[in-house]
Amino acid sequence: MSEIFVYVEHFQGIVSDITYMCLAQAQQIAKSNGGNVVAVLLGHNIELLSKDLFADEIITVSHDSLAEFTYDPFAAVLAKIIQDKQPGLMIFGDTSIGSDLAGGLSARLHLPLVSFCKEIKAEEGKLRFVAQICGGKIFAEGDLKECTSLVTLSPGKFKAKDGKTTTTPKVSAYSLPAFEKSRITLKEIILPSGEDLDISKEEILIGIGRGIENEDNVSLAKELADALGGELCASRPVIDQGWLSTSRLVGKSGKTIKPKLYLALGISGAPEHVESIEESEMIIAVNTDPEAPIFNIARYGTTENLLDISKELIRSIQKVKGG
Amino acid sequence: MPHRPDFWGIEPEWMRYFIYGILTLALLVMLIRTFYQARLWWKVGQPEKRFDQPFKRIGRMLNQVFVQQRILSQPYAGIMHALMAWSFFILFLGTPIGIVNAYVFPGFLKGQIFLIFKLIMDLCVIVFLIGAGMAAYRRIVIRPKKLTLERRFGFTLVLLTLIILTGPSIEGARLAVLSIEENITYGSWMPVGWAIAQLFLNSGSTVDTVHLWHTIFYYSHVGLVITLFLTLPVGTMIHVITTPLNVFFSKLQPMGQLSAVQEDSAHNLILADRLKNLTWKQLMDGDACTECGRCQEVCPAYAVGLELNPKKLVLNIRDALHRDGALIIQGTEPSIPLVGGTVTTNVLWECTTCGACIKECPAFVDHISDIVSMRRHLVNEGEVDDMLQTSLANLGRYGNSFGKSGRMRAGWAKELEFEIKDATKEPVEYLWFVGDYASFSPTLTETTIKTAKVLRSAGVDFGILYDTERNAGNDVRRVGEEGLFEVLVEQNSKALQKADFKAIVTTDPHTYNTLKNEYPEEVINGRPILHYSELLDQLIASGKLKFNKKLDLKVTYHDPCYLARYNGVYDAPRRVIHATGCELIEMPRNREHGFCCGAGGGRIYLDEGTMPERPSENRIREGVTLKDVSTFVVACPKDISMFQDAVKTTSLEDKLNVKDLIELVYEAL
Amino acid sequence: MKIVIPIQLVPDRVEEIVINKEKDGFDLEEIAWILNEFDDHAVEQGIILKEKTGVEVVVVAAGGEKSDEALFTAAAKGADRLIRVNVDFSTEKVNNHALAKIFQTIIMEEKPDLILTGVSNHNGFDGAIGALLAEYLGMPYIGYISGVDIEGMSALVLKDYPGGIKAKMEVALPAVLGISSSEKPPRYVPISKVRQAMKTGSVQEKDGDIDLAGGLIIDRMYEPEVSGRAEILSGSLKDIADRIAEIVKSQGLI
Repeated sequence: MSEIFVYVEHFQGIVSDITYMCLAQAQQIAKSNGGNVVAVLLGHNIELLSKDLFADEIITVSHDSLAEFTYDPFAAVLAKIIQDKQPGLMIFGDTSIGSDLAGGLSARLHLPLVSFCKEIKAEEGKLRFVAQICGGKIFAEGDLKECTSLVTLSPGKFKAKDGKTTTTPKVSAYSLPAFEKSRITLKEIILPSGEDLDISKEEILIGIGRGIENEDNVSLAKELADALGGELCASRPVIDQGWLSTSRLVGKSGKTIKPKLYLALGISGAPEHVESIEESEMIIAVNTDPEAPIFNIARYGTTENLLDISKELIRSIQKVKGG
Repeated sequence: MPHRPDFWGIEPEWMRYFIYGILTLALLVMLIRTFYQARLWWKVGQPEKRFDQPFKRIGRMLNQVFVQQRILSQPYAGIMHALMAWSFFILFLGTPIGIVNAYVFPGFLKGQIFLIFKLIMDLCVIVFLIGAGMAAYRRIVIRPKKLTLERRFGFTLVLLTLIILTGPSIEGARLAVLSIEENITYGSWMPVGWAIAQLFLNSGSTVDTVHLWHTIFYYSHVGLVITLFLTLPVGTMIHVITTPLNVFFSKLQPMGQLSAVQEDSAHNLILADRLKNLTWKQLMDGDACTECGRCQEVCPAYAVGLELNPKKLVLNIRDALHRDGALIIQGTEPSIPLVGGTVTTNVLWECTTCGACIKECPAFVDHISDIVSMRRHLVNEGEVDDMLQTSLANLGRYGNSFGKSGRMRAGWAKELEFEIKDATKEPVEYLWFVGDYASFSPTLTETTIKTAKVLRSAGVDFGILYDTERNAGNDVRRVGEEGLFEVLVEQNSKALQKADFKAIVTTDPHTYNTLKNEYPEEVINGRPILHYSELLDQLIASGKLKFNKKLDLKVTYHDPCYLARYNGVYDAPRRVIHATGCELIEMPRNREHGFCCGAGGGRIYLDEGTMPERPSENRIREGVTLKDVSTFVVACPKDISMFQDAVKTTSLEDKLNVKDLIELVYEAL
Repeated sequence: MKIVIPIQLVPDRVEEIVINKEKDGFDLEEIAWILNEFDDHAVEQGIILKEKTGVEVVVVAAGGEKSDEALFTAAAKGADRLIRVNVDFSTEKVNNHALAKIFQTIIMEEKPDLILTGVSNHNGFDGAIGALLAEYLGMPYIGYISGVDIEGMSALVLKDYPGGIKAKMEVALPAVLGISSSEKPPRYVPISKVRQAMKTGSVQEKDGDIDLAGGLIIDRMYEPEVSGRAEILSGSLKDIADRIAEIVKSQGLI
């Protein structure tokens, strides 16, 4: 089996989790079908980034024109590498960078591409793609072709920890190929300000309900939200107490949310609330009542006291983040 | 023999012609000024047909002008107004009768007839003064919040009172002179004039002095009347012309029927984005408004501290017309826009179209027609909030505001142990139009299931339209999306025409209203439209629906606006409540005066925003004031939703239990 | 200046997504089709640019008359011209590679300065139309755009990254941009305006070919099994907390 390439996505000196998930996927294929896993790392001053990538080889291209992502130089470098090395697979994370690159390279190099990819399965020496389309409602499968296939992998199936290693692999530098002047220039990176919160656009939300009991506990929930990098929202009773502003109301006369993660603390799951959170990708519910309807819609749940679990969870998350 | 002397003591003789002349002139000035003001209605406004059924219109006008039915529905202000209006009107007739006496049938006012005439006139003076006293007390001491407390109203009151007082003063002075010169015996027939005469006599004034006073009173009277004529078109008294006109031209269609969007000759929609795109009748409303504030007093939006004040809405439009009307006629666009200037968009969206203002208005102003006209403009410009946009998009695509697939509409029926007939496939007696909320809202489907069970147990032959039913469009129309309303009507009409039924029964009063008042006749074919409370009432009366239990609850009942105020269904739900054995205790605001839950007119589709108190909470707080009442009965799915929320937010869940009428019936079976 | 906006219809996820008898694709007849949400944003962004700078906006759809409603809605919002490429989707399993080639032909005829399209479509398993199209046309591409301004012969755009981070980029025109959200949410178009557009507007019809060479073929399509109730986590408080943290992490969120 030929090599499996993984594009390493990083931002401000940190490798994105999705890259480790892609590596975990690559490792799984390598294990069953053979072949080397090669991480492709583009950037500037990126020596430290390669330390825990679970790959047999790391190809690095370091140049100041690659310091921040812009399409033209990155696509040019990757096109050259793919043409040179002819890997069997090149896996990108399904992100705003990965999908730009994978789509462009597919058209430029006339290579097949799988997006919304849940996993690449190795079956009897053949590789099959499983794409999770229509917002997860439909799975589509098919055979990969013999040529280099490009993949953008969605998170979910693979764990980031399975894409990390402690042994530093072989690093080989690849020289920057010649490319025409970039038609795109990066002007500025804008970090979020935290004001003008629109919960319908948040990716991580912690919802608090009647079970939160008093205002002091709201600040604990806030701490948990900070730890997760998310925002607080609430059901009607909490908003009416004035503990959170109306802009954070979920449900009837409030907002409909569709975060990647919704952690429901002390929310029983009244129908109008459930209706407004249905589109969340992952719901985890904390409620002491095992019969609470929120458990009908949540993927995971616990009946532990929400204060205890919140405190413990803050610790766990900090640990996970730190490690 | 007593008789009516003409121009007694007014010398020289040409003076009387001068007075006739100057009064005629003043009257002409008044008419010209009034016309000048009124011409703005049709010069600025759009055409609208309001001349049909003239006799019905005249009847309505006479009833409101002379009987003053609407005005009298408020005791203090009503009696106050009627006392002044009736007496002033009769006193006003005194002058033409005098002219008839002088020139047409010379001297017919003599002897007993003259004395009775004078007695009536003097009594009217007393009646007027009582009314004026009440008005002054109200304006100075009571000072109700709803009233415009401005000098121009005080001016009118003083002016009228002086006109009324100078009349008998002239008479008094004349009687005093006559008493000195000859002995008169009929003085007590003119009690006010006679009393004034006694003042002169007791003061020992000479004939010359009294004559002088008579002359002063006389010219003052004439002067005051001239003042009244000259100021009438720009003062508060204009209402004696505009208000009856407005009543004459008021809407004859059912209250629950809105007019369609008008098109110009090039088939462009005329939308109320500017003053000149309101109709002349909508502009007339402002000049007919007497600023009594009764609309303000009953408005749920105003009551909970929102920006909308129906009185201000109408007056702001009036003031804009007076300010910019002349410019608009010249073809200049005024600097202040109508929507977003004269009327803010907040005001437009805050209205629940509950209709309390319309029902209350003694001048028959139609506030809601203005609001819906302007909302239509906003919707046309896409100026709708996110929630409303989502709701409308859902209604357009899926036929319901919930954004659920139409196939799920009868999802609730799966939980029944029997199958409901598909009215598009087999004939039924009653076609049950379930409506969006009862079909899709997870909190309400349980009630819907109970409704089905009750109908079944009463042996009613009924069916539903399943996935061919769409939102009926009542609130869509009121929110201003007329095009979508038309689409929904077309879709529902198609389904209804496919079905074979004898009557329609609806769950939602809003559905009820639009089916009853706004759906095309060729679809409904004169078949009865019933609200489920009416059907239950009929079933109980005919003995088909029998109860095994007596519920022995003390309950109160909330009138849904679109059932009660809009369509006059007050008694059917009350009879059903009685039949279940419950004791009904009325809230202070009941029947026609019921207080809106806040969800109507498409408000349920909008972002509620923040307000000091929600109308539903205000209503719940009214409900809990009733002694021993444990249950708050409603007959509208949106009411359940609104009030169940309100008892939670007011923490009154323990005190008041919100229940649908059908739940009482179900429990009593 | 001219903007072309290629749009496509996608299965409406509110309705049932029906799979064909062969279980290898959608049942095209049974599915309710709706304008791709991101394309809706692309149209809105185009109209916003038209309002700002007076550019000409041309909206292009491929397939049958099903897309006319979306086209006329765009016209009601202010699009200047509508084009429909008549290709028969029922005989071939069209993917985004093939669709991008159809749009490529039209765009080469139209010679626009800017192409806006939705950043992705939920049924597209072979990449984003915009990225493919850009390379076919030899133009630069930026996806995940939440704001566009035109300045001379370049566009200033905001590209979204996870966590609310944005990058401001300048791109030389002509270029293709994949829109994830327009500056302002797509406006509401009243039904009367859409009806008016249908009455007075027209759709320019063109022929096109389906070229499936570039993409992959789906040979099995199915609905995932859904678990009815939450998995209740067990163990000590710490175990549960660790497990939750792990789940969150596995979603790529921390």
